[in-house]
Amino acid sequence: MYEIRIHSRGGQGGVTAAKLLALAAFRDGKHATAFPFYGTERRGAPVVSFVRIDDEPIKVYSQIHEPDLVIVLDTSIMDVVDVLDGLKTDGTVLLNSAHPITGCNGACRYVDLTGIALAENLVVAGSPILNTPVIGALAKMGIVTLPSAEKAIREMFSDERNVKAARAAYEELKI
Amino acid sequence: MLTIATGNKAVAAAVKAAKPGVIAAYPITPQTEIVEQIADYVAGGDLESRYIPVESEHSAMAACIGASVGGVRTFTATSSHGLLYMHEMVHWAAGARLPIVMANVNRALGPGWNIWAEHTDAFSQRDTGWLQVFVGTVQEAYDATLMAFKVAEDERVLLPLMVNLDGFALSHITQSLETVDIGDFLPPYHLPHAIDTENPLGYGPVTGPADYVRFRWDIERSMRDARGVIAEVEREFAERFGRSYGPTEDYRCEDADVIVVAMGTLGKEAEVAIDRLRDAGIKAGSMRLRWFRPFPDLDLAGREVVVIDRDYSFGFGGVVAHAIRSKTGIEPYSVIAGLGGQEVTYNDIADFVRNRRPGTETWFGVSDHV
Repeated sequence: MYEIRIHSRGGQGGVTAAKLLALAAFRDGKHATAFPFYGTERRGAPVVSFVRIDDEPIKVYSQIHEPDLVIVLDTSIMDVVDVLDGLKTDGTVLLNSAHPITGCNGACRYVDLTGIALAENLVVAGSPILNTPVIGALAKMGIVTLPSAEKAIREMFSDERNVKAARAAYEELKI
Repeated sequence: MLTIATGNKAVAAAVKAAKPGVIAAYPITPQTEIVEQIADYVAGGDLESRYIPVESEHSAMAACIGASVGGVRTFTATSSHGLLYMHEMVHWAAGARLPIVMANVNRALGPGWNIWAEHTDAFSQRDTGWLQVFVGTVQEAYDATLMAFKVAEDERVLLPLMVNLDGFALSHITQSLETVDIGDFLPPYHLPHAIDTENPLGYGPVTGPADYVRFRWDIERSMRDARGVIAEVEREFAERFGRSYGPTEDYRCEDADVIVVAMGTLGKEAEVAIDRLRDAGIKAGSMRLRWFRPFPDLDLAGREVVVIDRDYSFGFGGVVAHAIRSKTGIEPYSVIAGLGGQEVTYNDIADFVRNRRPGTETWFGVSDHV
């Protein structure tokens, strides 16, 4: 079972990113579940979402305490939340950032999802949309296939710019 | 059709397939997504139904009662304080023998204010005469909601039915969902005592003690008959759609020395704990209790039993532990866990089994109790 924890702020699309990722994995023929931890969230508050992907049906409902992958959609959260908490020793981190971040170990990857969203003018209520480009980055990392990522995005969103943003993230992420 | 959905969306999809004539509801977290989706179906023309956005849960159930006795299939959804607010009408719906289907997204009761999963809300309606089923997956939320209409509306039952799903843990998780073309699985709604304006009758007049007793007994007789009806409907559902359900979902119970009894999502999480325990040489099994009313006969003879109650009856104990004790004579190890959405992992459940002390009660996460 591959376990992913997504850190974001309310309104940035972390919860939707988890659903999109589960749908893409499902279209790959895998079993997947996605769920956010709902506190008393409002726009701007730190939110955490979880995704599990497996070849077998998933019966676990508890939160993910030892993730294989941590995704940080807003690196300012790292000042207030220990995003690396419980990360497996061979785990990976994906940061929404144009530059490497000091203090993150060698397993950190980074891609400028915000820049990609702004380049496509994917902005809702003043916030760049990060949930579709991040799926492209995850496809590059082999978590899901690119065709399933694109299929999932088209199932949930009619605006083709979302697919373009995902492809851009796929191209930009260095492996 | 194969897709993904949340537990809430799965319930809404089943309601769309069942085509109730009237849906009356008041929003409350974490149920709101159900009635929001249904309202969307009605507004968009995907469901031909009258959606009544009432001013309270009491009114929601009252509207369902009126519509149901008027001769149409009805549905509502609620949660926690909303369920308690409609309590008087919950009794009335059963006493009036109306097969209303209601989804209750299990949520703790305040204060302290809490929006997360707990079963005490549903159990507080235990003695109302409603059938109650508890589901553990998104697929099961869909399937159980479809079957609920068929069970409740069967003339041998004619009692309302509550489909329970864990707040957030199930209502807001995204899992795979296969929706079905229900064909003629649900016969047209027929209420033998429906109001007929051509033939006016008195409804709910003062009933003397002798007749009242017979009405009450008739509810209990139907509850007993409901066991057979549930089994029939679950069998037919399996034959038509390929997914089978029973009063419990048993996992590795055959040769088990110790069996975990839990409900809802904790009952699924328990299966993972069982695999871990088996790997460590402990012969454990899981029995996820699905039906709470009518309460099924459970085959637990000769086993040790660990009951996980996501509820509590103050001054007495865990509601399910008490039911197991009184139905089977077995003194279980009673674990009170998951209240108000308390995080309970499969490792925790495995520890409950390892550290079991039959005949005693433990509150998970509380260190100062005796």
